[in-house]
Amino acid sequence: MNAKAGIDCAPPWSDVGQHAMSPQATHDEIARFNFLANFNKYMSSRVVGGNAVAYAARARPAWERERGRAPQDRREIRAAMAADPYYQMWSSLRRSAMEMRQQAGRALVLRQAEALRDRARSLNAGAPTLRLDATVAVPRYQSALDNHCMPGSYFAEYLTDDVAAAANYDAGMFATTTGLFGRYLDGAGGGVARWLAARRPGWQPRRILDLGCGLGHNTVPLARAFPDADIVAVDLAAPMLRYGHARAAGMGIRNVVFMQGNVEALPFEAGSFDFIYSTMFLHETSWPALRRILAEVDRLLAPGGLHLHLEQPPYRGMEEFEKFLRDWDCYHNNEPFWTTLHDTDCPALLRSIGFARDTCFETSIHAVVEHGMPKVAEEVEDFGRGGMWYAFGSERPGVVS
Amino acid sequence: MTGPGEERLDPADLLRLVNAAASGKRPHFFADRDVDRLLAIVWAMAGELAVTRERLDTVERLLARQALLSRSAIDAYRPDPQAAEERGQWHIEYIARLLRILQQEVDALQRGAAEPGAEDVARELGP
Repeated sequence: MNAKAGIDCAPPWSDVGQHAMSPQATHDEIARFNFLANFNKYMSSRVVGGNAVAYAARARPAWERERGRAPQDRREIRAAMAADPYYQMWSSLRRSAMEMRQQAGRALVLRQAEALRDRARSLNAGAPTLRLDATVAVPRYQSALDNHCMPGSYFAEYLTDDVAAAANYDAGMFATTTGLFGRYLDGAGGGVARWLAARRPGWQPRRILDLGCGLGHNTVPLARAFPDADIVAVDLAAPMLRYGHARAAGMGIRNVVFMQGNVEALPFEAGSFDFIYSTMFLHETSWPALRRILAEVDRLLAPGGLHLHLEQPPYRGMEEFEKFLRDWDCYHNNEPFWTTLHDTDCPALLRSIGFARDTCFETSIHAVVEHGMPKVAEEVEDFGRGGMWYAFGSERPGVVS
Repeated sequence: MTGPGEERLDPADLLRLVNAAASGKRPHFFADRDVDRLLAIVWAMAGELAVTRERLDTVERLLARQALLSRSAIDAYRPDPQAAEERGQWHIEYIARLLRILQQEVDALQRGAAEPGAEDVARELGP
């Protein structure tokens, strides 16, 4: 019965890191996440590969019979695969799993929404490091669809000072990513800190800006790596910031200001930051916003400074079939800017909007996770849920502060 | 009611909120979308069976550790009124979880106006 199926199982959700804002989970709530994590694992290890088989054996020949040629690009592959029963089943199950993950997280946090809110209130009381601004408008690229199928997205407030949206995001990500981001989901932030230490040994940036910080899970590792730095973490969503500030406070983090704002235009003087970064944020914006955000980074970056943005890998150089599979999240998991961003040559974009005097670069960042957590090198990457990322940025000439 | 300005979640709203859908038109993948709907129910049921199996496994391991399990006691068990009420409520929650997809369809119908698909928004947000 328990013979190994040749797939490592996901770590149990009970391994998730506990902090001051952790919800109380029952046995069955944990078991629900365990089922979903192992289902995600099985889908990415065993099921997704069948799509290529079905394409070669069935969908492509059918297309060729009808048109006298093979599908030419990922859009035609998508049209060819839309009628394939295996692709249909994989997609329908995958969509259901996304929705079930939301259901499981909401069932966990909404029943204790008041208790979580009260804990955040107590941890945040009077703190000058939490700066909310109810006048910040939610732009169209965040309001048009609920991001990756989160009902109410980052913004839902079912109570005064609600933090449940963030608590749900925090609780469910461990199951979605099968532990690859670490027990505290901070593997990307840890990866950024380690990359910086290798790129600029001994550098202590004094002013750091985290764009689209969400609940600050990737801000905390920078705050720890640079305890003397002043860090500003900006996000549009008040529930994420309330929760993130309380979570960080409970961890003893004191050098981060969590600020509600739109990173297309920030109230800081030119050259205010030595290091500016974002983690899996830019694909949740839009083409005009991306250009404005990067122009703002250009304005805010100090001489000698550096900026870095983690994302999924660009599509250039990939097989068309691979691009087609990666597009799934764009169309079926409410990530509408995903495809456009991954089609973009980001260093070229930087050079076109003002970073001409900088040295632009691309790199890859690996998650830094705790001992005992799975590592990406042993894993099949699941299109954005694996523990490694593409990154791009630039270094500015000038005296490094 | 729920929303900013309320200090507490209305318990009558909780189950509806837990099972709420994300905005945006839900994609369907089979030619007959009833298949997508049925699969969503079947898969939720699969998840719940796994949860039950895990709970049973926990119970068996704990009882085995303490040498306490007696099969006849399980067969003879009758719930008292409070236990019966708790178990009945559990069934209600369980069924709502399995039929989430139907609630979401009705919610979408009640919202009325057609919602944009991710494809439309992708075009809108692109260059």
